[in-house]
Amino acid sequence: MAETTFQPDSLAVERRKHGTTTFARVARYTLARVITLFLTTVVGVYLTILIANMGGYVDQIQRATIREDVNQIVRTDVSFKALSQVERDSRINEMIRLREERVGLDQPFMVRSVRFLTNAMTLNLGWAQNMASDSGSRQVRNIMLERLPPTLFLFATSNILLFFFSVLIALSLSRRYGNFWDRVLVGLAPTGSAPGWFYGIFLILIFAAVFRVLPYGGMVAAPPPPNPFDYFLSLLQHLALPVLAITLSTIFLNAYNWRTFFLIYSSEDYVEMAKAKGLSQRMLERRYILRPTLPTIISTFALTLITLWTGAPILEGVFNWPGLGQTLLRAIGQYETSVIVGSTVIFAYMLAITVFMLDFIYAIVDPRVKVGGGIKHK
Amino acid sequence: MNNILKTLHEFRKYPSAIVGSVIILALISIAIYTTIKIPYPEAIRLWRGGQDVWYQNPVNAEPIWFNIFRKEKLPESFALQSDESNKIVTQNTEGFNVIEITYPFDYSFDSFPQELTLFFKADYDEKQPYVSATLLTPDEREIRIADFAVAASQTYIFSQDSRLERRLGGLVPREGLFLNPDSDSPKPVQGQYTLKLKILTFEKDSDVNAEFVLYGNVAGWAGTDHMRRDLSVALLWGTPVALSFGLLAALGTTVTTMIIAAVAVWYGGWVDNLIQRITEVNLVLPFLPILIMIGTFYSRSILTILGATIILSVFGGAIITYRAVFLQVKESPYIEAAQAYGAKNGRIVLLYLIPRIIPLLIPQMVTLIPSYVFLEASLAVLGLGDPVLPTWGKVITDAISKGALYQGHYYWILQPAFLLMLTGLAFAMLGFVLDRIFNPRLRGV
Repeated sequence: MAETTFQPDSLAVERRKHGTTTFARVARYTLARVITLFLTTVVGVYLTILIANMGGYVDQIQRATIREDVNQIVRTDVSFKALSQVERDSRINEMIRLREERVGLDQPFMVRSVRFLTNAMTLNLGWAQNMASDSGSRQVRNIMLERLPPTLFLFATSNILLFFFSVLIALSLSRRYGNFWDRVLVGLAPTGSAPGWFYGIFLILIFAAVFRVLPYGGMVAAPPPPNPFDYFLSLLQHLALPVLAITLSTIFLNAYNWRTFFLIYSSEDYVEMAKAKGLSQRMLERRYILRPTLPTIISTFALTLITLWTGAPILEGVFNWPGLGQTLLRAIGQYETSVIVGSTVIFAYMLAITVFMLDFIYAIVDPRVKVGGGIKHK
Repeated sequence: MNNILKTLHEFRKYPSAIVGSVIILALISIAIYTTIKIPYPEAIRLWRGGQDVWYQNPVNAEPIWFNIFRKEKLPESFALQSDESNKIVTQNTEGFNVIEITYPFDYSFDSFPQELTLFFKADYDEKQPYVSATLLTPDEREIRIADFAVAASQTYIFSQDSRLERRLGGLVPREGLFLNPDSDSPKPVQGQYTLKLKILTFEKDSDVNAEFVLYGNVAGWAGTDHMRRDLSVALLWGTPVALSFGLLAALGTTVTTMIIAAVAVWYGGWVDNLIQRITEVNLVLPFLPILIMIGTFYSRSILTILGATIILSVFGGAIITYRAVFLQVKESPYIEAAQAYGAKNGRIVLLYLIPRIIPLLIPQMVTLIPSYVFLEASLAVLGLGDPVLPTWGKVITDAISKGALYQGHYYWILQPAFLLMLTGLAFAMLGFVLDRIFNPRLRGV
């Protein structure tokens, strides 16, 4: 740590001299991360399929799709009407058998699982039995992709707020170490053990049930306001409580951890040196404290984000937020296996993208990151 | 020994740790008390029992102690049986039994009860006994309630009797029977009421027993839910479930993670590489959806979920921390010395590497407990809780899905939530302090 940050100014000079190095470094690193993360995701999805298929559920999804198709054909084919019941049944069964053979359901599982893997990676998961998307499609992919934007919107908003507020609180409290608010924060840090939905219940109780100032749940008022400005206002109203719940569940613990980092780093010799030079507090914080701690902060934030993603289904369920998590909840309720497997795959994608984005930011803020070096976790 | 004393001495300086430990000890005693008082099969019988177990309880009643904070007292529920003390059997001229049952009760509450019900059990061969019921109010009015013949097992629900409603001037009987006719505001008359049953039998050995239940708006110390179940069963039983799930999952995860990290560092090479790759894959595996998949496809039993949780969390972020520490420890001279005297790999890992990390491990384990306690509740909220066990999470799920927040049944959610919070906070506070004591690097800040 010490040798790289000891002379930040000389580093900056060097970077300015070779304007492309940062870009090339980040690009190389990004490419390497994309490839490894993609492979990681493939392995992750493959594991998901293995788990799902231990009870034969992926097979069942395929069989059900085939049976549905065959029934469709039989219903429209006139020649079947002339046959007796027994003959017709045997013909149907024969057709199903042939089709199953064609898609390879008679092959050993190891061979099949590779095909499932490609299907799952492209979210080609067939049709749902009981669920349908709002636009009426029964394709699993449509059901899920339709619900992706609300989830992304909710989590992006709350995570950005969470990150900046945590850094702000942590920085300002590390400056006022030991004062009243600092001790309040230390006292509040253990509240981070409760998940967002838990705070959500209390928030609904206080703001929706008792004071009646904010809605119980949903994404916009019903019916949605026609005018875009009103629509946006209604969206903000509905967004307030879930964002607050996510923020409350992690902000104190985050701020506490980061404040501790800042405190450790602000006692480094080079900070003392900079103070002695008479640099302003702002400069000191930005260049000498925030800069070297940022990589560590980002890697801890990655873990926070992953926990938050995990809690998404319940949070959306509690707030009735029409996102992916709620779809997953409905799928559990209706025993819609294809949607359950599909949601798991989408969540795996989300996690991989989150990890990738943080890696990318990490590479930009940490000049030491090189290809092959990987992330140095503190 | 000295170390332990030193730790204990250190411990006393942190009030939050003492508070946390006291809460944990209290929860453990509750857990032990519960498992002795309500054994597992009994708890399941109670929780899964329907009308036959809980018929004496009102629906969605608040806890009794809520009345302490209320100016207008809500009626408490009670059930009165007929026995020797309130049942008088005489014989009439034809030699048949005439049974008189009186239920005196004190009603000193400020609102009306939820419902009044009489449960009859009658013994007869062919001719049904005939019941006349009257209510004596404190202001000495006598209200005729109903006259009817009872079957072998019959329930008479006061508010469903439309004739009684008409006789009370169109008021619902649960209100009309108690209403003070002289007051402008709808207030019940307070004081001693008496419900009188006069039963005529028409056979020699015919007998009738009746139970009078007044369903109030408060019942039990924890209230009741939509199925009339006493919530105290679930609140009590949630304690051992939450504690054991949290403890076992945290212990299983941290110990296994530690061993894997130690093995990775000690053997290095491809073992280390493999373990690091597994950790990376595990990072993108969506934990909760996979648990959901396991719960829906295979089994919702708490043991299956516990096992899956441990397996999925073993390769978590903690492995990176432990690895870093082990890498440092590996270079220590005493490890070299152990190798020099010919210690085997297993011995070095188990006896030399692992003990060094225990100070780091204990606080981490304690801080992990709340997240698993909440995980168990989260799964219950998803509808994937253990199918038979009553737990806190299940109470919260029932409450949310039955609209407790919309209808104002706050006690239903707040009690289990409070217990969850208490458990989580207690372990988190203790873990934070242990972290400071065992890892003095952070002590200054």
